Amino acid sequence: MHSFGYRANALVTFAVTILALMCGMASLSDNFNSPSPSAHVQLRISNSLTPFTHLSVLNINWFQKQPKANDEVSMTLNISADLQSLFTWNTKQVFVFLAAEYETPKNSLNQISLWDGIIPNKEHAKFWIHTSNKYRFIDQGSNLRGKEYNLTMHWHVMPKTGKMLADKIVMPGYRLPEEYR
Amino acid sequence: MDWQGQKIAEQIMQIMLLAFSVIAFATGYIMSSFQMMILIYAAGVVLATLVTVPNWPFFNRHPLKWLDPSELEKHPKPQPSLNVNSKKKPVKK
Repeated sequence: MHSFGYRANALVTFAVTILALMCGMASLSDNFNSPSPSAHVQLRISNSLTPFTHLSVLNINWFQKQPKANDEVSMTLNISADLQSLFTWNTKQVFVFLAAEYETPKNSLNQISLWDGIIPNKEHAKFWIHTSNKYRFIDQGSNLRGKEYNLTMHWHVMPKTGKMLADKIVMPGYRLPEEYR
Repeated sequence: MDWQGQKIAEQIMQIMLLAFSVIAFATGYIMSSFQMMILIYAAGVVLATLVTVPNWPFFNRHPLKWLDPSELEKHPKPQPSLNVNSKKKPVKK
C-alpha cells in the first residue's frame, strides 16, 4: 500500500467485487419467495343480451373483396388479476400479456397475444381492466368459427439484478361463435 | 506512510468495506428496499476512501530511520569510469 494511487486502486477493486457479491445474494434471495398469483378473464359484448357469454364480436376480415381472406375476431375483455405475490425487493417490473391458444388442422398450436401491459410496482399489481383487444386476433385461414380456445396469462418477472423468470396461468374453456357477425 | 501504517490502512479498508456491505444488505432486506442497500453501501465506500487513501499522520507512528548524511560520507559511492563521460551523441544539423 505504498502510494495514493495504489491504495485507491485496491479500495475500488475490493468495493466493486463486494458489490457484485451483494447483487448475487440479492438475486438468490428471490428464491425464498413463493408466489401465488391469480387471474380471471371475462369476455363480453357491451350490447349483448346475456352479459356473461363467452364472446363478443366476431368480425369478418375487412378484405371483403378477396374470397380467400383470414378470419378476424374483435372482442371486449374484462381482465382481473392479483399478481402482488410476484413482487420482491429485487423486482423492477412485471410484464404481463394475455394470449389465446387454439388448434387448427394446419398448426397444432396457435398463440396470439391479445393484450399486454407493464406493472411497475406492487400497488399496481392487483388490477381490473376493461378493454378491447390491443392486438388483432387474426387467424391464418378461416378456422375460427365455433373454435374452442384457451386464454393464457403469461408474465415475465424482471429483477433489478439477476435472472428473469417467466410463468403462466391457463384458463381453458372459451369458445367462439358459430357464425360470422 | 511507514510499513506499520500500510498494514493498518489495508486492514481498516477491508474491515470497513465488509462491515458496511453486511449492514447495507441486512438493512435493504429488512426494509425491502434495494435503493437503501445501495445508498448505505455507497456511503460506506466513500467513508472508507476518506479514512484509508489519504496520507494521514496516524499512519506514520513508526517512522523509518533513514541514515544520517554523515554516515554517507564515510562510504562514498563508487565512481563510473572516465570513458563513459567522454562519449557524446553526435549533434544533428
